[in-house]
Amino acid sequence: MNKKITFPHIGNYYIPISYLISKATRQEVIVPPPITKKTINLGSKYSPDYVCVPFKYNLGNFIESLELGADTIFQAGGGCRYGYYAELQEQILKDLGYHFEFVNFIKNNHVSLINIYKYVKKINPKINIITYSYYLFNTFLMIIIMDKLGKYPRENMGFEVNKDSFINIEKDFLNSLKGHINPLKLIKIYFKYKKRYRKCPINKPQDHLKIGIVGELYSIMEPYTSSNIERKLASRGIEVKRFTTFTYLLLIKQFNLKRLLRKGKKYLKYHLGADATESVVLSQELAKKGFDGIVHIKSFGCTPEISAMPIMAEVSKDYHIPIIYFSFDSNDSEVAVETRIEAFYDMIVAKKEQK
Amino acid sequence: MKKKIKIGIPRAFLYYRHHILWKNFFEKLNCQIVLSPDTNKEIIALGKDYSIDESCLSSKVYMGHVAYLIDKCDYVLIPRISDYGKDEKVCIKFSGLYDIVKNTFPNLKILNYNIEISTHHKEAYEFFKMGLKITKNPIKIIRAYYHAHKKEKKYNQELMQCQANNLKNNKLKILIIAHPYNIYDKYIGYPITKFFKENNIDIIYADRLDKKIAIEYSKELSETLYWTYSKEIIGAINYYQEAVDGIIFLTAFPCGPDSLVNELLIRKIKNVPITNIIIDESSAEAGLQTRLESFIDIIEGRKNNHE
Repeated sequence: MNKKITFPHIGNYYIPISYLISKATRQEVIVPPPITKKTINLGSKYSPDYVCVPFKYNLGNFIESLELGADTIFQAGGGCRYGYYAELQEQILKDLGYHFEFVNFIKNNHVSLINIYKYVKKINPKINIITYSYYLFNTFLMIIIMDKLGKYPRENMGFEVNKDSFINIEKDFLNSLKGHINPLKLIKIYFKYKKRYRKCPINKPQDHLKIGIVGELYSIMEPYTSSNIERKLASRGIEVKRFTTFTYLLLIKQFNLKRLLRKGKKYLKYHLGADATESVVLSQELAKKGFDGIVHIKSFGCTPEISAMPIMAEVSKDYHIPIIYFSFDSNDSEVAVETRIEAFYDMIVAKKEQK
Repeated sequence: MKKKIKIGIPRAFLYYRHHILWKNFFEKLNCQIVLSPDTNKEIIALGKDYSIDESCLSSKVYMGHVAYLIDKCDYVLIPRISDYGKDEKVCIKFSGLYDIVKNTFPNLKILNYNIEISTHHKEAYEFFKMGLKITKNPIKIIRAYYHAHKKEKKYNQELMQCQANNLKNNKLKILIIAHPYNIYDKYIGYPITKFFKENNIDIIYADRLDKKIAIEYSKELSETLYWTYSKEIIGAINYYQEAVDGIIFLTAFPCGPDSLVNELLIRKIKNVPITNIIIDESSAEAGLQTRLESFIDIIEGRKNNHE
């Protein structure tokens, strides 16, 4: 049985995902080509008009991979509308005339690791629960390391002395993850690159600007969607903080929800669903910590984040913290984003000087 | 004599699902009910002022009704629904409704209940808790709830019976797949139902079908669907497919669940004429009329061909 497996892109996480799939199933993995204008054009051509943007990107990824010869598609997700993507995407691709197998790992609105194991066992009978757990462990370790190492450059990239020094280290780091991997090696990689990041010369003033990013998960983690808003902010000499990562979503979130609700009881009585509770409570936390501004990003029509927005406006009013809202659709111009960031930047600088 | 407590009920969203339950429950508890009027231009304008541009039309209508009720009553009823159990979720808008209203209108006094079966917040218990805010007599609350619950069941059965009788006649029949809060709304759904009534065409409402049957039937169309309200209305498609001449999907822009569910169904259903109508706050009635007229022409022609 020879399968060529593909899956949708999300940020740099294609590395751990393709590792897990290739090791566990022992089949060829086709990583979809990096997201470009072509991806989103393909995706939005065949999607319903007012569906949220991640759907269109996913569909574009699938079409591009199918063109490259993939014949099995893995889809997983959960939360809001994400959990229902799979069925419609399968139907659309079938109507387009592709032949493939569509495997959906979403069960009861969550990614089910047991379902993945059951499916993998069918393709690769040699695997047992111990080896599967080992690969899963490596994958999670890889994700945790990626997220841990992602934090430092976000905070310091804007103050680098040599241009592109952080980006180059990041490239090396991602390349080193692509080879053969075991837990010991991963930990070595972690310390090696942590050291390299720390040694990278920076020129950080005492009272630099600090901005937090909150919002919907896909727009936050996939830089292409948001015209790479993180880098745009950082390049102006701003320390950027964000909370939403794979580590958070997969491992921490389920234990964190009650605590969040307790913290944000001034504004919230119930969960808003998906990541909206985080958006509200974390903006409040950021405001208390003395951040200079908050950037809220989401894809157009994201229902949970729309619920969060009027409440965030109250947070903004109570703590006097500026919030800028971005809503990304399939044909945004990068210039518009740039202009709005510029204006927001000028505003927070002026506000800081007033103090 | 003690003054009656006035309870405001916005005529939007879950009103169309539970109005009999709410009305009987509060009337049994000696409350006076203040109902907001049918949706009109003013309410839409109010709703637009109080909500985010991107929210769906139905939620703008809701905010408009809530805004109308300010200063007209002691409490406004804002229920919060999260899920009806495993795999039985509702649109995420309903989980945030309470907090959105609370933060948009900080001085509003809210009466609320929360249904979240996955964490054991059941309807009867939640109504009991809500009733304690109005009266201190627990027996009265329990009696009121069961009275209201019985009334609601009876009312729904009557509606279903009425629809079953309608199926027997020989007129053209059109099945409308829409959420109750859209199809029964004066602004969103009424122009369409009015048009069909004027043209002597029978309307089959998707929500007037036994909910358990509808959910069973919906599984044939979509396996992974987990929105209960969507399941309840799409089940009608398979149930009535033989009996109707055409299907209309009616959506308020930009409805989250409908954006995916309707697209999937339109791709799956092959042997019945279908049209998809999306209403937003600037829809023109003339354009709608033209589309409906041509749709009627199609189904009339099709019926004549068959005979």
